[in-house]
Amino acid sequence: MAEGRMLGERARVERPRLERGDRERNQALPALILDPEKIRGKHAALCFATMAVMLGLPLWWKTTETYRAALPYSQISELDSLLLRLRVPVSVVFVQGSLPIVDQQKLPFTIVNERDIPLKCKMRLKSRFQQAYRMAGSSEENALKKDTVQEAEAALPLPKEDSLGSLNIFVIPEKSSLLPQDKMSYIGPKRTAFVRGAHGRQALTVIGQKILQVAQAMSLTEEVLASALGDRLPEDKLNLDKRRPLKSSLGYEITFSLLNPDPKSHEVHWDIEGAVENYVQPFMSLLSAIGNFSMDSQVLYYAMLGVTPRFDAATSSYTLAAHSLPHVINPVEARLGSRAASLYPVINFLLYVPERAHSPLYIQDKDGARVTTNAFHSPRWGGIMVYNVDPSAYNTTRYPVKVNVDMVPVMEVFLSQMRLLFGVPHPQMPENFLLGSPPSEGLRYWELDRLVWARAVENLATVITTLTSLAELLDKIGNIVIKDDVASEVYRAMDAFQEAALELSAGNLEVAFRASREAVTSSEKAFFDPSLLHLLYFPDDQKFAIYIPLFLPMAVPIFLSMIKIIVENQKARKDMEKVD
Amino acid sequence: EAGPGSLSRCLAYLTSFPSPSVWQDQAEQLFKSGHTNNWAVLVCTSRFWFNYRHVANTLSVYRSVKRLGIPDSHIVLMLADDMACNPRNPKPATVFSHKNMELNVYGDDVEVDYRSYEVTVENFLRVLTGRVPPSAPRSKRLLSDDRSNVLIYMTGHGGNGFLKFQDSEEITNVELADAFEQMWQKRRYHEMLFIIDTCQGASMYERFYSPNVMALASSQVGEDSLSHQPDLAIGVHLMDRYTFYVLEFLEEIHPASQANMNDLFQVCPKSLCVSTPGHRTDLFQRNPQNVLITDFFGSVRKVELTTETVSLKPDLSSMGYRYLYLTLFLNNWVASGE
Repeated sequence: MAEGRMLGERARVERPRLERGDRERNQALPALILDPEKIRGKHAALCFATMAVMLGLPLWWKTTETYRAALPYSQISELDSLLLRLRVPVSVVFVQGSLPIVDQQKLPFTIVNERDIPLKCKMRLKSRFQQAYRMAGSSEENALKKDTVQEAEAALPLPKEDSLGSLNIFVIPEKSSLLPQDKMSYIGPKRTAFVRGAHGRQALTVIGQKILQVAQAMSLTEEVLASALGDRLPEDKLNLDKRRPLKSSLGYEITFSLLNPDPKSHEVHWDIEGAVENYVQPFMSLLSAIGNFSMDSQVLYYAMLGVTPRFDAATSSYTLAAHSLPHVINPVEARLGSRAASLYPVINFLLYVPERAHSPLYIQDKDGARVTTNAFHSPRWGGIMVYNVDPSAYNTTRYPVKVNVDMVPVMEVFLSQMRLLFGVPHPQMPENFLLGSPPSEGLRYWELDRLVWARAVENLATVITTLTSLAELLDKIGNIVIKDDVASEVYRAMDAFQEAALELSAGNLEVAFRASREAVTSSEKAFFDPSLLHLLYFPDDQKFAIYIPLFLPMAVPIFLSMIKIIVENQKARKDMEKVD
Repeated sequence: EAGPGSLSRCLAYLTSFPSPSVWQDQAEQLFKSGHTNNWAVLVCTSRFWFNYRHVANTLSVYRSVKRLGIPDSHIVLMLADDMACNPRNPKPATVFSHKNMELNVYGDDVEVDYRSYEVTVENFLRVLTGRVPPSAPRSKRLLSDDRSNVLIYMTGHGGNGFLKFQDSEEITNVELADAFEQMWQKRRYHEMLFIIDTCQGASMYERFYSPNVMALASSQVGEDSLSHQPDLAIGVHLMDRYTFYVLEFLEEIHPASQANMNDLFQVCPKSLCVSTPGHRTDLFQRNPQNVLITDFFGSVRKVELTTETVSLKPDLSSMGYRYLYLTLFLNNWVASGE
């Protein structure tokens, strides 16, 4: 009790002391809290801050945002690891006597042979030979009773499905005399082939293997696709040569030029229009499956080659050595010109009529032997042929000598150069294959098919890289504006790509190729759209330099008043605690 | 100038005299580059009369590149100002590289693709990345493909990490590196040689990250590239030191030359150039010793002999008809004329 009273007294003693300081503070606190000016000031500062954060920040963010239309990024990233199935429809027709009776009764049926194409790239390719076996009809039997292969082929009725990419293989009796004894198969100029049958228990398996061999020789192999995917494969000195053919493009411009360096001696005429119509046009009509071709021709006077030929006394002729050929083209190239309006790659074919002082002119290879064609070509550029004037024409006193160019050998060389430039090499067949002579167009139909396969795959690979790199680029640089039409081109490219892949696995090569071209056009249009150049890069110090003068003057007062409010509130709370 | 460099070059030339076929095989083995065509993009970024030397730099590289075989259709030349026809030029229609006036680098057939105010950062990046507007003509496009070797030469005023265009804007080394990466993604080059002659030029190639790019610069970061000599008649400095010595080096190169990149790296040592030229080869796959100068500066084509022909049936009927028609016509014409 006494302690309680003591405590109370002490408390009473202390309280006045507390109360005195407290009173002052209590007087100050209301002053602080209750001063209307100060309150309004605090509220004003708070309002500014809220407005700046709630309204200003989103507004600034929204208005400085770049417009980016939506792109299918996930789909594009899946493209990389795509599996492409290339289906080759093969129809195999058996003639009476080519198969044991036991096996004949099993027909018709279909065998599918699917295999991986091993290429060292991310895209996986599988080739699928779909072989439909059946017995021959009566008209086919009659046709195959002819004496020679050529007649038999000519007599065969047109197959139902002679579409791009398909093959028709006829199996003839093993002892048939249509083919020479040592030859196992015959490969025709169009999409037909003949194979010898077999006997015995494993007849079907043996024939199946032969058929696969023939089908691969005429259709898809690793080399065909390796040349198409050239730049996506790791660099390897060995396949450096495989990457020379012209790249897939929507169209090509072919220019035939006649070079006459010595118009005083030679008046050269060449019937280029006739030659193009008779020889080049059929070839081009076949090749038009892979692009639009435009052809023009010109005659250049006083166009010299860049190299002086050497005189060879033994044959009293002039020679151009093989190692000087690379320097021949350059001085002429400046004068060749090209169409101003089109952006297609140009393929040049030059016919050079040497000057009288350097006639006749022959090209020598590395070993010093004369090149029979007297021509050479440069990958992705074109070809040059040297045409020597008949020396008997010089037995005249009237100069210039009239020269009528014989276009047939010239076109033979130019067409073969064109084949090589497009990547259609001379076919290498195994020993027991008989290769039919090429048709009048100069290009076998199955060689064209291989070209179309290669181009279709190349197009799809290009689409993949274009779209992937575009997506990467747009992802990395957040400032680029993506307009709506860029997005729509990307979607169109994706759709065309899916369609092409679908058609390839269904075996419709023509439709697939067209779809792949559409995909390439759309993806290139999207990638090279001029609008994708805006706002590439702003260094941080430039960003600060722009924003600081705008935001700092406004931000500093707000910030300082916020601090002041917080500090005061803290002080007030501390006082309140002490008071309590 | 005769020096140890040229003597060793002389010796190398003399000892390399085996039979042509052996030399050819050796050359094929060592120097096999996978390119089939060459392009050059030459940019001068400064305007005003006192920057005469930058235009002269670019034109001297243009001249060398043309002389070694690259045609105009494969060169994109960007000059920010016209010095040859500048009213202050006391020798109009000429641009000289040396005060002896021996070499007029302007020449007779110069083709400028981007001139005057068209030389902007935007246009330059458009040329590199291929994003030109559809109306741009063929001469203003870089139509290179995956088998093209591209030479890019830039000169002007620069600093640490940037290059000044037209006194009003800049291109940074990051933008340049990104542009090269876009070129690589679209396979717009097989190999690239980047040469820059500005102050602190080495900073411009620091940020490259795309493969197959080799870079040379006239000075390191923190150093200035100096000009060669003024000409009192024309009144301005005619060329920059680095490009002057590069031009001297290139004048000795001919299309069949076997000089390689290591020789180019030795051009303009510190004693002549005052600044230290630098180079960067870590992104390049081949050894610089195996890279010929003409791989980038010239246009040596890969050539194959045509050994096979397609056999055609001569179409005698239509040819004969045409010939007949022509002779009939000519006979008539001659008869009527006389």
